[in-house]
Amino acid sequence: MPLLTFNDCGIFCERADVYIDPWKPVDRALITHGHADHSRWGNKYYLCTRAAAPVIRYRLGDIKLETVEFGEVKTINGVKFSFHPAGHIIGSAQIRVEYKGEIWVASGDYKLEDDGLSEAYEPVKCQHFITESTFGLPVYRWTPQEEVMADINDWWRQTASEGRTAILTGYALGKAQRLLDGLDTSIGRIYTHGAIENTNEVLRKQGVKLPETTRVTREINKKDYPGNIVVATPGAIGQPWVKKFGNASIGAASGWMTLRGARRRRGADRGFVLSDHCDWPSLLEAIDLTGADNVYVTHGYTAIFSKYLREQGLNAVELHTEYEGELAEIETKGNSETEKENLAADAE
Amino acid sequence: MKNFAEMFRRLDRTTKTNAKVDALADYFLQVDDEDKLWTVALLSHRRPRRTVNSKLLRAWASELSGIDTWILEESYHVVGDLAETIALILPPPEQDYDHTLTHWIEYIQDFAGYDEEGKKEAVQEAWRGLNTTERYLFNKLITGNFRVGVSQKLMTRALSRATGIEETNLAHRLMGNWTPNDTTFEDLIHSESATDDISRPYPFYLAYQLEQAAEELGSPAEWQAEHKWDGIRGQVIVRDDEVFVWSRGEELVTDKYPEYHLLASAIPNGTVIDGEILPYRDGQPLGFNVLQTRIGRKTVSKKLLKDAPVVLMCYDLLEYEGRDIRKLPMSDRRKLLERVVEENPTEGVLQLSPVFEFDDWNDLAAERETAREKFSEGIMLKRRDSAYKQGRKKGDWWKWKVDPLTIDAVMMYAQRGHGRRANLYTDFTFGVWDGEDLVPFTKAYSGLTDQEFNKITAWVRRNTVERFGPVRSVKPKQVFEIGFEGIRKSTRHKSGVALRFPRMLRWRHDKPVEEANTKDDLEALLEQYGG
Repeated sequence: MPLLTFNDCGIFCERADVYIDPWKPVDRALITHGHADHSRWGNKYYLCTRAAAPVIRYRLGDIKLETVEFGEVKTINGVKFSFHPAGHIIGSAQIRVEYKGEIWVASGDYKLEDDGLSEAYEPVKCQHFITESTFGLPVYRWTPQEEVMADINDWWRQTASEGRTAILTGYALGKAQRLLDGLDTSIGRIYTHGAIENTNEVLRKQGVKLPETTRVTREINKKDYPGNIVVATPGAIGQPWVKKFGNASIGAASGWMTLRGARRRRGADRGFVLSDHCDWPSLLEAIDLTGADNVYVTHGYTAIFSKYLREQGLNAVELHTEYEGELAEIETKGNSETEKENLAADAE
Repeated sequence: MKNFAEMFRRLDRTTKTNAKVDALADYFLQVDDEDKLWTVALLSHRRPRRTVNSKLLRAWASELSGIDTWILEESYHVVGDLAETIALILPPPEQDYDHTLTHWIEYIQDFAGYDEEGKKEAVQEAWRGLNTTERYLFNKLITGNFRVGVSQKLMTRALSRATGIEETNLAHRLMGNWTPNDTTFEDLIHSESATDDISRPYPFYLAYQLEQAAEELGSPAEWQAEHKWDGIRGQVIVRDDEVFVWSRGEELVTDKYPEYHLLASAIPNGTVIDGEILPYRDGQPLGFNVLQTRIGRKTVSKKLLKDAPVVLMCYDLLEYEGRDIRKLPMSDRRKLLERVVEENPTEGVLQLSPVFEFDDWNDLAAERETAREKFSEGIMLKRRDSAYKQGRKKGDWWKWKVDPLTIDAVMMYAQRGHGRRANLYTDFTFGVWDGEDLVPFTKAYSGLTDQEFNKITAWVRRNTVERFGPVRSVKPKQVFEIGFEGIRKSTRHKSGVALRFPRMLRWRHDKPVEEANTKDDLEALLEQYGG
């Protein structure tokens, strides 16, 4: 019996009777990070890193939650669990599981580039590695964050010089803060969509340093926006909410912006290729760094990526999970979560 | 190519017409005449001859990037565009070449004289010195199908702004049989003689589909009604004792339709007729499928001429006695057209499209109902006092097409789309019930909103039964109303039928899958309309 198995509820460790990132309610859940497809409602007990906890509490409310530090070992029925930085968002972890010399790592979502906000990714040696494959095709290659942020700031400067408002979209948790961190505040003021500002408040309270932002509310005079930037969730675009910004230029920051089709479909004026997931070269590098012979490929281009890994001589298996990765950012526009975000933002 | 790439990026970033015109006009002001000419050519579908096939390109890209062809192929299914896929998988450039667009096009045209190895070296050499956007454009120049979301009309507007020449004048100059290899920008745009190219056609006037009720168009007396014949729109030109036949796609098709050759001597020089290239025998139009046997054939056999004869069903007269008469009212042009057709010995090759006289819109509506059996697509309405305009315009001309045939079908297979719809499931195969089984009978790609495509994509991901390369079979749950313009027997399709212009009219969330139509229903339609 392998140490970790995969069933209808999620990634299961039978010996310790715990799940990692379950998608159905279970008794005990170890959570890699706070995105909705990895930390879901209804579990009786949650364990995550101290840095990930505030957002998870904010999103899930009154839950029974314990925290660990990065690197701290927690032993459950003889199985050693430890959390290691995944570099995806603040507090995100890869979960290492060890029992009698058998070592697994469930990496959740991860990226190798140090974004300056999230705890930088650390490779963890193991025999069995569970990896995402959101961008597991050789067409996806990122440029360094510094260059992308320079492009974004150039675009903001240009938009401001035309007397217009720049609207930049990214996930409320993770991408939005990464963008805020990289914006050049000498150009103008930063306004934020309600869902993003809510997350900012939680993160600031735990000591994360973010630039000064102003929440978009009804009280703000519409004439104040031109020349400045609004950071919004992807779901807000195309909704009545954006009308108040008048003649705005819309920029979308996502790994999907690599593809011309996605850029055009998105209805954004500018697509910036910036992702909190691995590109093709870094997926391969990460797998190599683990030294694992057995790779389990979850959400993304699972069939293609696992076939490729098998050709490289690894035992790679394709897994069906309910994780969505960055897919959610582009393809579920108008889903219930973004609608809720908009309602929340409009009510404020 | 740096200017060209920057212009392309600007075009690609915006959906706003004015921003596109700005980008193009700025570009036209920056580059020399050679590059202008090539740009005009590319944006009016005059691409250089293809010198490398896409299979070789795939192989060379695979070799240079160390990526196996199968994974390149999978990537292509996701990206939806081969030129883009290759541009993205190649390793970062080692050099930065800065040459003009014309340089690169000539570089590509020179491939014609190379052997395969020589072509490979030249292509890989170019890839090594171009950035991602430039590689994409370079690949597009090689593979053709260069589309950047700029209509010829928009390009003409930008060129007009950059050159100061009036737009309608430019549009006419850009028509016809030129290529950048046999003219110069100066000759094409500035030369004063209008007769320099005797084959030059006029831009076609196109109509929009009528959206309001026909009655709202006002008094029937103001309108000329005729059938919208189901062939290929064409323009026949007789000048200097020569005949030229242009299709609406601005393709010179004179050689494909020898029936029209007698017109060179049968009608006076300086005559240009707008009409429909229509299969026709014994006073009756034949179905579009008859014409399909001739489309794409370069050589026309005697048998083909006998089996699928064509006439020109004449709609309008654009040039009479060497004069451009497009500004005359429709009613006057029609009278002159009647004269040309009736008074010359054209042996029936020219047919007048009959005008349907009506006092009451209901009578016209009744005539429209007969369209399908007459092999017409519906009714064309033209204001009697309208001039012959350029391009697609609202107001004076309307097409009032017959309602499509419909059938409720079950989605069976899904495949990702291309271009703008890459990575979304947009290409579907539909089936009808045959007892307990579903029989696939058509594919359809269009008709849903972006939001619906997003929804169905998420659904397909969760309800995939099996994968066959890029194709997924899905659970038989979703019913769509499929609309189409015609149906005929086909031996090439498993279901035995082929549909014309199938598309999704509606997603029938309300319809239980058991209530979708059956193979018998489909056969009944074939029986009724399959002629």
